[in-house]
Amino acid sequence: MAKTKKTEEIFPARVERLGLASEKLVDAYRTMCKIRQFEYMADKLYAMGKVHGTMHLSAGQEAVAVGLSLAVHNDDYFINHHRGHGHFISKGADINLMMAEFLGKDTGYCHGRGGSMHIADFTSNNLGANGIVGGGIPHSVGVGLALQMQKRSEICITVFGDGASNEGVFHEALNMAALWTLPVLYVCENNKYGMSMDIERAAAKLPIAQRAEGYGMPWRYIDGNDLLEVYETMAWAEEHVRSGKGPVLVETQTYRYFGHSKSDRNLYRSKDEIEEWRTTRDPIMRFRGQLVEHGFLTTARADEVDQEALQVIEAAVAFSDASPEPDPSTVMEYVYA
Amino acid sequence: MPEITYLEAIRQALWEEMKRDERVFIIGEDIGRYGGAFGVTHGMLDEFGPERIRETPISEPTIIAAAIGAALVGMRPVAEIMFMDFTLLTLDQIANQAAKMHYMFGGKATVPMVIRMPSGSGTGAAAQHSQSLETLLMHLPGLKVIVPSTPYDAKGLLLTAIRDPNPVCFIEHKLLYKSKGDVPEGEYSLPFGVADVKRTGKDLTVVTNGMMLTKTLNVVNKLTGEGMDIEVIDPRTLVPLDRETIINSVCKTGKLLVIHEACYTAGWAGEIIATVTGSRAFDYLDAPARRLTGKDCPIPYNRGLERAAVPQEEDIEAEIRSILQGVY
Repeated sequence: MAKTKKTEEIFPARVERLGLASEKLVDAYRTMCKIRQFEYMADKLYAMGKVHGTMHLSAGQEAVAVGLSLAVHNDDYFINHHRGHGHFISKGADINLMMAEFLGKDTGYCHGRGGSMHIADFTSNNLGANGIVGGGIPHSVGVGLALQMQKRSEICITVFGDGASNEGVFHEALNMAALWTLPVLYVCENNKYGMSMDIERAAAKLPIAQRAEGYGMPWRYIDGNDLLEVYETMAWAEEHVRSGKGPVLVETQTYRYFGHSKSDRNLYRSKDEIEEWRTTRDPIMRFRGQLVEHGFLTTARADEVDQEALQVIEAAVAFSDASPEPDPSTVMEYVYA
Repeated sequence: MPEITYLEAIRQALWEEMKRDERVFIIGEDIGRYGGAFGVTHGMLDEFGPERIRETPISEPTIIAAAIGAALVGMRPVAEIMFMDFTLLTLDQIANQAAKMHYMFGGKATVPMVIRMPSGSGTGAAAQHSQSLETLLMHLPGLKVIVPSTPYDAKGLLLTAIRDPNPVCFIEHKLLYKSKGDVPEGEYSLPFGVADVKRTGKDLTVVTNGMMLTKTLNVVNKLTGEGMDIEVIDPRTLVPLDRETIINSVCKTGKLLVIHEACYTAGWAGEIIATVTGSRAFDYLDAPARRLTGKDCPIPYNRGLERAAVPQEEDIEAEIRSILQGVY
């Protein structure tokens, strides 16, 4: 109860202090709903046998993607991990093209070459998801160098999971980014498990973000399921990075509801644990509760937004269903530029 | 035409292209004041400054990754990996990232970058600093694999590599750095996928490159005096590979020998032989297609052992004589 009371006291004042218009809050809620619906639909399509490959779903982690996107600029560069659907949607990717790619269609972002794990939207400076854990982290050094050499104002946002923080390139990249004061915002999206490995069994010292100390880099460890908390921290971080003071590492504590991928039978965690996160810490329910409670949204309107989100996803499935498969004779296209 | 070394030719290509195109920069270890482990970038720090001669910590995977990231955002990076052996530290970035991005992102991403890497044995540097790993790179679609054998080719092919929109592995044999040859001043580029017929002949086709080309030409010059007429082909670029020139040559000579310093098993000689035997040239072969390669062992330290691990001129001579005498 004490926790609820604190939230009640803080929310409207916090919204005001952060200068977030009510419209933006509703938009953020809408985007979170779209992500959740996309992930639910992905799971459903898989169950229906419509998905050829695997997928990594981010249901439960929506506040990280949306809070982050809300704080940075549209033209900032994004480097993403394999669980990237949410980040793509929040950065404004075309959901039809995402769904088509997920279903392997020629109309998809990658003409069916990439699938769920390699969606990329270079038109919105989204440099792609990566199937190799940690594989994208060190690209940030090059993107940061290029932006610095070209004297541009965009920054590079690099998102990775708790598991990736134990790859060597994490350390190499943070060292070099700090050494050269590169415009990179590192976001460690800690959803507690690297596949089945609990981060508590994988990291010698927590939080992960404190490793930034070793590189003289500012860091924060925050509740990644609290949208305003994510927004406020990312706004601070992006300002720091964009002003030329060098990189920042923010670790967001969150949780994924689905398994790592389709082969996951959740043998490494209890149903109670998943249920506890779903019922008491769900980022969407929490944010919706705050918006309704403080009059930013009526329950009826919130329900409508939920419904609209579902319709967007259903339309994307219809678009994909109507889309052609790539022609097998084009298999050699795009090997070389 | 001025005569300069292979090393100077590489530096000239880098220098001139950096003058012409401000998107080009070099990233690697000890490439600044030190001038690079072999001296290729000597003097470039003073000319271009530390931003474009970007010296890094000893973090090879992130050197390649930084080149990838910069290439994605419109730059034309040239990464220097101090020894080709160290590319093994970076294989995720080369193989899973750079080589595949254009394809797996459906043509949306381009990764124009060059990775320069000194290869080969003969310097007493032993097993971890002497490898010839070009076959490994050839097996990764999306990469181009270039092996210049002369100063002229080194400059012209490096220019093409820097301007290519794909990731290009540029393999420089360390023993060639001091070799000399005529190199035009100023700009010229050589196309990828075009082999160079170093000398024509009708008795035997020898396909080889890098340091082995130098050795082979020494042997062939000697054997020519004895009346043997040997055609020598330098593929220059292994990916893309000029298969047609090799096939045509074997149709003419009826005999094939492929020589490389890399190990025997699954080496690229097998690719050349399969190309020839699977083509119309099969009907013209009047001897078994042969290969002379490095042995299937790590490169040893001791001078005698090191020589024994890779083909030497006497081995090449013996092999050619055997083939022409019909002794296998």
